[in-house]
Amino acid sequence: MLKKITILLPFCCLCITSLSMAQKGDTTDLMSQLEKQTDQNTTNYSIATFKTTRLVNGHTVENVGKGVMDVKISHRFGTLNRGGYELFGLDNATMRMGIDYGITSYLMVGIGRSTYQKTFDAFFKIKLLRQSTGKVNMPVTVSYVPTIALRTLDWEDPNRKNYFSSRISYSHQLIIGRKFSEGTSLQLMPTFIHRNLAEVTGSPNNTWALGIGGRQKLSKRISFNVEYYYQFSGYKIPGTTNSLSAGFDIETGGHVFQLHFTNSRGMTEKTFIGETTGKWQDGDVLFGFNISRVFNIGKKH
Amino acid sequence: MKKLLILFTLFFFGSKTLFAQKYFTKNGNISFFSKTNMENIKADNNQVTSVLNVPTGELQFSVLIKSFHFEKALMEEHFNENYLESDKYPKSFFKGNIVDISKINFTKDGNYPVSVNGDLTIHGVTNKVTATGNISIKAGAITATSKFIVVLADYKVSIPKLVAANISKTIEITVNCLYNQKM
Repeated sequence: MLKKITILLPFCCLCITSLSMAQKGDTTDLMSQLEKQTDQNTTNYSIATFKTTRLVNGHTVENVGKGVMDVKISHRFGTLNRGGYELFGLDNATMRMGIDYGITSYLMVGIGRSTYQKTFDAFFKIKLLRQSTGKVNMPVTVSYVPTIALRTLDWEDPNRKNYFSSRISYSHQLIIGRKFSEGTSLQLMPTFIHRNLAEVTGSPNNTWALGIGGRQKLSKRISFNVEYYYQFSGYKIPGTTNSLSAGFDIETGGHVFQLHFTNSRGMTEKTFIGETTGKWQDGDVLFGFNISRVFNIGKKH
Repeated sequence: MKKLLILFTLFFFGSKTLFAQKYFTKNGNISFFSKTNMENIKADNNQVTSVLNVPTGELQFSVLIKSFHFEKALMEEHFNENYLESDKYPKSFFKGNIVDISKINFTKDGNYPVSVNGDLTIHGVTNKVTATGNISIKAGAITATSKFIVVLADYKVSIPKLVAANISKTIEITVNCLYNQKM
């Protein structure tokens, strides 16, 4: 008899458990269980680390979405220290017109033309890692940006034997970014630039630089950005300075307006990282803006 | 004694089915729609968790804001960053009751119009809401559908003047959940 009771007991217990599970109040218990499962099985990716794909001159970790075309018009005026005669540089302007396009959510391409040195440029941006929490934990977003630039200025010395390849330069950039909080994001940008032709005798073909940049949101739609590129000594063209820029992003629906001050005139990696000559302390600073307007030309799904 | 054992076994399994009256889903659908003269905005979420407790009439939803997907990537980004602030308020909840649950015969196929009331939490703000919906029973499967209107201002979702023409002040929400799991 005792044996039989031992057999029956677990069954009775189970019955009681089943009964008690139908009690009121456990809807919330079941819900919190399910939510816990969902939280563990969902990867929560960071979004909007920066407002747009450029910080000031250089790239951010952001990509445009799949099927999104981003038209960018960027101006840099003359230096402020030209004084009132040139309305603090506004009489002079160089510009870059460019189009970026998202092939997938992690791969974008872009082309552009700068009036500065009559340069055409093209690039890829590939998102290698995405910052996330939850199922996949990743502290940073990492992007790789290779660029190519073609300088089409007339040859300085047309009588010399000039090669087409001398017009070309390349840059490779790794961007490691992290959104620390809703308002604060930082990124590091180790960069390598190669010029096929060293334009000045004694200047290097290769430049190694490390960029650091960040943003602090001042409101939902306005952020303050800083971008600095340090060129390693021995890999820098004599007489050049490091690029330092600061400005604001103002986002209004499909547009992002970026207003900034920078000591760089060029807007391609080769020029602003490697060929900046302006000195902030001398007022060799230019006002500039980028306007970004996105168009959806492909279906997202 | 053997008979008794069988009886208990039957009772045990019987109780399992008899009391398997909490139905849930982890892939319910909620979509919303904003209609203005400028543009229509639609977003879909197919990862909605919901629990329906039949004996008590309790109905609960938990919705991950980042799981709403839009046609335009930038809309999705602005929705998360500027409007719903999903980093601060990652989830939306509903906790309430089906008022007339007793009218539903869960063993018989059919459509049962129901009224639901409870607390809806969006963007960290909780409001009492009432909505009408429909419970349909088909071959033992329970599907709940509902359509109701949410006023953005009630949930402190502010739309800046600049895009006020593009985003409606009232959003139509559609719920469609098949309770495909039970316990």
